[in-house]
Amino acid sequence: MEAARVRYEPLWKVRLRLWWRSFLTNWELFRESKIGPIGLGIIIFFGLLAIVYPILMATVWDPAIYDPVTGYDWEVPMHPSPPSTKHLLGTDPWGRDVFAQLTYSTRAEFFLGVFAAFITVFIGTLVGSISAYYGGFVDTFFMRLADVVMLFPMLAFLIVLSAMMDLNLYSLAVVIGIIGGFGGITIILKSQALSVKVKPYIEAAKVAGGSHFHIIVTHIIPNVLPLSFLYMMFNVTGAIFTEAVLSFFGLLNIQMSWGIMVEMANISGYLIGENVTRYWWLFWPASLSITLLCSAFYLVGRGIDEIVNPRLRKR
Amino acid sequence: MALLDVQNLTMHYTTKKGDVQAVDDVSFSLEQGEALGLVGESGCGKTSVAICLLKLLPDNARILGGHIYFKGQDLVPLPEGEMRKVRWKGISMIFQAAMNSLNPVHRVGDQIVEAILTHEQISEEAARERVVELFKLVGLDPERMNHYPHEYSGGMKQRAIIAMALACNPDIIIADEPTTALDVIVQDKILHEMDAIRKKLNMGMIYISHDIAVIAEVSDKIGVMYAGKLVEFADTVTIFKRPVHPYTYALMHAFPSIKGEKRELQSLPGEPPDLLNPPSGCRFHPRCPYATPQCEREEPRWEELEPGHFVACWNPLK
Amino acid sequence: MVTEVKTETLVEVRNLKKYFPVSRGLFKKVKNYVHAVDDISFTIKRGEVLGLAGESGCGKTTTGKLLVRLEDPTDGSIYLNGVDIATLEGKELKRFRRNVQMIFQDPYESMNPRLTIYDTIAEPLAVQKIGNIIERQERVAEMLRLVGLTPPESFLFRFPHELSGGQRQRVAIARAMVLNPAFIVADEPTSMLDVSIRAGIMKLMLDLREKFEISYLYITHDLAVARYMCDRLAIMYLGKIVEMGETEEVLQNPLHPYTKALISAVPVPDPTYRREPLEIKGMISRPIDPPPRCRFYDRCPIATPRCEEDPHPPLEDKGGGHLVACYEV
Repeated sequence: MEAARVRYEPLWKVRLRLWWRSFLTNWELFRESKIGPIGLGIIIFFGLLAIVYPILMATVWDPAIYDPVTGYDWEVPMHPSPPSTKHLLGTDPWGRDVFAQLTYSTRAEFFLGVFAAFITVFIGTLVGSISAYYGGFVDTFFMRLADVVMLFPMLAFLIVLSAMMDLNLYSLAVVIGIIGGFGGITIILKSQALSVKVKPYIEAAKVAGGSHFHIIVTHIIPNVLPLSFLYMMFNVTGAIFTEAVLSFFGLLNIQMSWGIMVEMANISGYLIGENVTRYWWLFWPASLSITLLCSAFYLVGRGIDEIVNPRLRKR
Repeated sequence: MALLDVQNLTMHYTTKKGDVQAVDDVSFSLEQGEALGLVGESGCGKTSVAICLLKLLPDNARILGGHIYFKGQDLVPLPEGEMRKVRWKGISMIFQAAMNSLNPVHRVGDQIVEAILTHEQISEEAARERVVELFKLVGLDPERMNHYPHEYSGGMKQRAIIAMALACNPDIIIADEPTTALDVIVQDKILHEMDAIRKKLNMGMIYISHDIAVIAEVSDKIGVMYAGKLVEFADTVTIFKRPVHPYTYALMHAFPSIKGEKRELQSLPGEPPDLLNPPSGCRFHPRCPYATPQCEREEPRWEELEPGHFVACWNPLK
Repeated sequence: MVTEVKTETLVEVRNLKKYFPVSRGLFKKVKNYVHAVDDISFTIKRGEVLGLAGESGCGKTTTGKLLVRLEDPTDGSIYLNGVDIATLEGKELKRFRRNVQMIFQDPYESMNPRLTIYDTIAEPLAVQKIGNIIERQERVAEMLRLVGLTPPESFLFRFPHELSGGQRQRVAIARAMVLNPAFIVADEPTSMLDVSIRAGIMKLMLDLREKFEISYLYITHDLAVARYMCDRLAIMYLGKIVEMGETEEVLQNPLHPYTKALISAVPVPDPTYRREPLEIKGMISRPIDPPPRCRFYDRCPIATPRCEEDPHPPLEDKGGGHLVACYEV
């Protein structure tokens, strides 16, 4: 049977089109969840906030006054000063613009959260998939390791670590990422990988001659990734919050972050008694930001849950 | 008066994509002590009819019309409180793959006792005694009452489910694919036992299956369903030897048989239709080798061709 | 380098065994074994369909998996074109896979839901590194035409959930055919399909057999289907083949008591047909460390003391290629 020579579209074009179509379908589902878009909205808001800093610095702001760490405004008599047209969120006890601090830190917070979460999920996916696929000693080893990691409180460990070494933004993200990566998430992702491993299409791939590597990369990991992505959202929340707590205790070698802002307010005594309400701009913007951004990622995660877990969808 | 008289039953599911016309204008009757087989492929509506009879409808399902006369009383307008008195005591059901829905953390005997106590006001001792009788009836050793489901084999679990369905002495049992998950030898035993029980207790039975061989064994009358509609209804021998609806004929010839002449198998082109948007006129017309323009325009009427033999077709076979 | 010899007998299985350990505990040395496949032998000619029938737990699915090396045999040999594939490893194992493929039972779970139809059918080509992208697309399109999914372009880049059960099973057949195998193991390929669709799939498989001289091992629990599809039929019970021969001969003239029981249990779609009464006791069990006597002894209606004392009877030819493993025939 001679078939007419058909012109085939280049494969990458087809895949792109299919990917776009499935992205649109998923976007619809995400929108329907209602909480997902709210979370996304908040994230976009903070994204804009992060962009605001370099723009303002390059145009309107005088670095001498507005630098979040070293700036000082001589013109204002008393610091901390309440919000004004010149200082949208007022100044802190050292005369630095609070709004500048807030927007400057936003970028760092995003970076920290996403980077740490990415490392966690990368390790978790690999370890989970390999444990599920090979089973036996490898599986037992990683699962026991996960048990151990889950046992000791991450925060306490980080406190101790901060005493032994210098933790800045990068190293903190890496540490949180790695510890998290071998913890509970491997158990969750491994169970997902297991549910894939027993499907007949894995057998079909073996019958075709697929190697272990091929099966893990082509079948197992792609079917685990949606769940990985979901848990990444929840991990961002954890990372940002961890940093905030550690900064609050002054244990990190970071110059400016939301946690540092709250810490500064605390150690200079502006969080006690009626100072909290009188000098509200020292405390509320930073802590609200932490809460909002953490919640935002959580909400996005819940929104993604609707896509990943079709059983959750309403009829 | 027939034990069960279903007239023009119509039920739809509402989904986001639209109305699924699961059951459309279905009518049949069942006498005391009779066995009716409802046969058809997946999606034809046979299970939907069953849940209508028990009014165990999910939230998005609605009976849009018709009557279900059980012992003279119409079940369709019956409020839930009254309907609860009919379920299990009047009509009970063996669900598809029911043996997997035995609660694994309770003893089997306890589960049946609980079912009885939920529907009847008798003492627990009396309920237990009844379970012992039931076990004997279905061929289970009453000692096994205190065992857990995982200690039962597949056949034994199915017998326990049958016992549960019989627990409140119903007039009718609906069995939805009662033997599909069982091996053929166990299936044979269970079918014969169910048939013997039915005859002994003079109960009505409705068997639902896609397997016409099983239906042929146990049914007195057969209703063939396609795409939510009943297309032919007659006694078993007539359906097999003298089918007049093209779908019935095709279905009969799509099954290989272990005995008799070895013959060519018939396969139907196309797929069963989407019930969100069923074909116009006769729902079978896109796949029917004898379709005419009328079949596409008008839905065929449900007619009695000869006494007891009903069909809905513009061009029934000779 | 193993050389293949093209003979009339394509597959020859000799004394094949597969035992699964049932361990008692972490530190207990004593282990029990499930004799899933216990010393079976059979041959399949080129272009022949051999049916393997029996109830659940009889070992037919395990046998199928052994033949495609999804499981490794505990003992015995599997000759394909003269080469013993039971012990192949590595690259040679991969090469041999071009000759033997499998069609799975579940059309819904045997395809990765995130891969397109093209990717699914092309996977064997990709894994075996055959052809470039254009050649693969053409080959896949050719396969789609072969299994009746035309026009191929409209199926190439769809996803499994967009296809019906029957269409999916056709894709599964296309995938099994894409490497041009000589032998296909079909594990109950129609049992999860609607009745009106089954005949189409079965006909397709027989058509392919005609065109390409493919041999099938057709695994099924449905004797009626086996009658339609298979040239020869083997009946398995608890890991052993108890009867084997031409399908019509085995079904119309069964000799082994288990076969007789099995046949008399099958419902016939004819309300006027009276079946023979079922003669069998007890229930099926798992073959864990079975005693050496006849496997069917516990349930056999015609068992004698000899059946209890002597080892499991060997398969003997009772005339015309009709083999039975029974002392009382």
